[in-house]
Amino acid sequence: MSEAVATQLSGWGRTTPTVAQLVEANSPSQIANLITQSSSRGVLARGLGRSYGDAAQSGGATVVDMTTMTDFSLNPENMSVTADAGASIDNILREIVPRGFFVPVSAGTRIITVGGAIAADIHGKNHHRDGSFGAHVTEIVIINGRGEQLTLAPENPQFWATIGGMGLTGIITSATFTVIPIQSSYISVDTERLKDLESIMSSLLERDHEYRYTVAWIDSVSPSGRGVITRGDHATIAQCDSEGIKNPESYDPKKIASAPGLVPPGLLNKLSVRAFNEGWYRKHPRSRIGELQRIGAFFHPLDGVHDWNRIYGPRGFLQYQFQVPDSASDLIGVVLNKLREIGAPSFLTVLKRFGPGNQAPLSFPQSGWTLAADLPAGISELGRTLDQLDELISAVGGRLYLAKDSRQSPANFARTYPRLDEWRGIRDTMDPNHVFASDLSRRLEI
Amino acid sequence: MLDALGEPQSVLVLGGTSEIALATIKEMPRHRLRRVLLAGRPSESLDAAVAQLKALNIAGVEPIEFDAKNTDTHGAIIDAAFDASDIDVVILAFGVLGDQMTAEEDPSHAVEIATVNYTGSVSAGLHVARRLKNQGHGTLVVLSSVAGDRARRSNFVYGSTKAGLDAFAQGLDASLEKTGAHVLIVRPGFVRTRMTSHLPEAPMTTNPEDVAKIIVTALKKGKSTVYAPGPLRFVMAGLKTLPKPLFRKLPS
Repeated sequence: MSEAVATQLSGWGRTTPTVAQLVEANSPSQIANLITQSSSRGVLARGLGRSYGDAAQSGGATVVDMTTMTDFSLNPENMSVTADAGASIDNILREIVPRGFFVPVSAGTRIITVGGAIAADIHGKNHHRDGSFGAHVTEIVIINGRGEQLTLAPENPQFWATIGGMGLTGIITSATFTVIPIQSSYISVDTERLKDLESIMSSLLERDHEYRYTVAWIDSVSPSGRGVITRGDHATIAQCDSEGIKNPESYDPKKIASAPGLVPPGLLNKLSVRAFNEGWYRKHPRSRIGELQRIGAFFHPLDGVHDWNRIYGPRGFLQYQFQVPDSASDLIGVVLNKLREIGAPSFLTVLKRFGPGNQAPLSFPQSGWTLAADLPAGISELGRTLDQLDELISAVGGRLYLAKDSRQSPANFARTYPRLDEWRGIRDTMDPNHVFASDLSRRLEI
Repeated sequence: MLDALGEPQSVLVLGGTSEIALATIKEMPRHRLRRVLLAGRPSESLDAAVAQLKALNIAGVEPIEFDAKNTDTHGAIIDAAFDASDIDVVILAFGVLGDQMTAEEDPSHAVEIATVNYTGSVSAGLHVARRLKNQGHGTLVVLSSVAGDRARRSNFVYGSTKAGLDAFAQGLDASLEKTGAHVLIVRPGFVRTRMTSHLPEAPMTTNPEDVAKIIVTALKKGKSTVYAPGPLRFVMAGLKTLPKPLFRKLPS
């Protein structure tokens, strides 16, 4: 059995690290032993550490590093992939894209594991038509709090409690999910630059159904809320041929840059973000149709920059991502204004539409709008301001994404996830002694 | 758990009537607090401290019975506090000033001061450190004093206990490296409190609220030693190196 090593762990936002006993996973039976022999601090699975807050850390606990179990296989006949929980979407794409398949849902980074994608029930630019990752999972193999291995299918409530369950129902060891056929590794992208938030939102509303993928970037510094909408579909062979692309199925995304190791606090400030946003806005044409972009450039632009989370300096950053129903669409503008008022510079502000949610009690997406903004943790008044925004959002039935959250209160969480008690009931059948615990579950009293 | 902005949910005060500790809790974002334990000997002033915080709508404020001198009981009391749920910040705030002249005439009074300020702190501090290490996060705030920086004629019994406590806390911090737990040593100068109300004020005197602000900022920044007020650091650096004949001529 691999040795436990005291290791400081934090989320992608690099705030509030804690120290846990980190153990490399090597087999389901070893994981079952770790669970049955765990200390009172509990056990938690960790993947590639891309959740922004405290979901994949657990002070004093045994944290199982799942990234050492990475096998997966494509089954082209029934269009599915069966993968170890620790297999990364990055590696899976490198294998399946050249063979003509793509993951059903892709987050803003491919440096995530299958287990993490299920636990956070990730969503992508196609949520409005395809739902979240969990909707495409057909089987989950999990080890519960008693150390027993279960195979869960969508008919089982324990399956849905695990989807979006933030790793608190057990340690997923492997899963099967469906994949979609593609003809090339390119996306045909239409770009629309719009000069205010209202036009962006109405364009998203009117035209979302025309494309598989849609997302809007908002210039958070501009008072008008101007931005750029990009929409795309997988490019056909014919489209690639007409653009003279050779080997349209080849796929080999590379790191193009690395963020410096030491960044002074305050590098990202109102001025630098204003300059970046101005450039980013100007870089896009008012309108462009049918540009072919590589999958990596379209879905995972930041994966090209290694450790980009370091640019926020030593205090780290957080991402505020919330969802509100259509009836409260005005809150998008309210939140953007409020963040601008306190001078919170965000260069990654993303707006998109969600389709209906799924049956997982803790899954984040629900019909309506979602906005995500990266915010440096050092801004004064940030805590108070976000608490006020939490109130506004929860009052209209909206909520925050647990994979991003690092600061909401337990009361706000419980109020905005009304199926929490139902989820707890199912969790207790899988983990009666609450062996599975994270800093997030302690902070939110889940 | 601390949130991403470094704001605590749970605090344990050992020496629950300490004005500096109470001011520190008031300085923390109140609506984030879920659990505040005030540990001390059962007394009207402990009840008053609990009532004071409850009146501010701080959630989960509770007294717990704790006697610094009764070191045999420290382990069980601290374990019970941590068993219920994680504690983000522990403030080691108990201590007595005593009376220097009485202590010189009656060494048993000096022993009393040493027992509370030093022995009690060593015992409680080690128990707290064990639990912080176990949970992999959290900070022990130790209320030291500039009186420990260099012993003075007028209060060297008290000063020596704080010197011992300060050295202990420095070593404890070193022992907690890479465990996720931290120690923050706070060295206030003269603070206007019940403890000092009978004494003439010294230069750079502060209020408990000023010290509290310094503590809360230091916690967020993850500092390991702070003076209150901050510039006392430089004054004390000067005093520590002052030749003895000059130092002794300073007004006590």
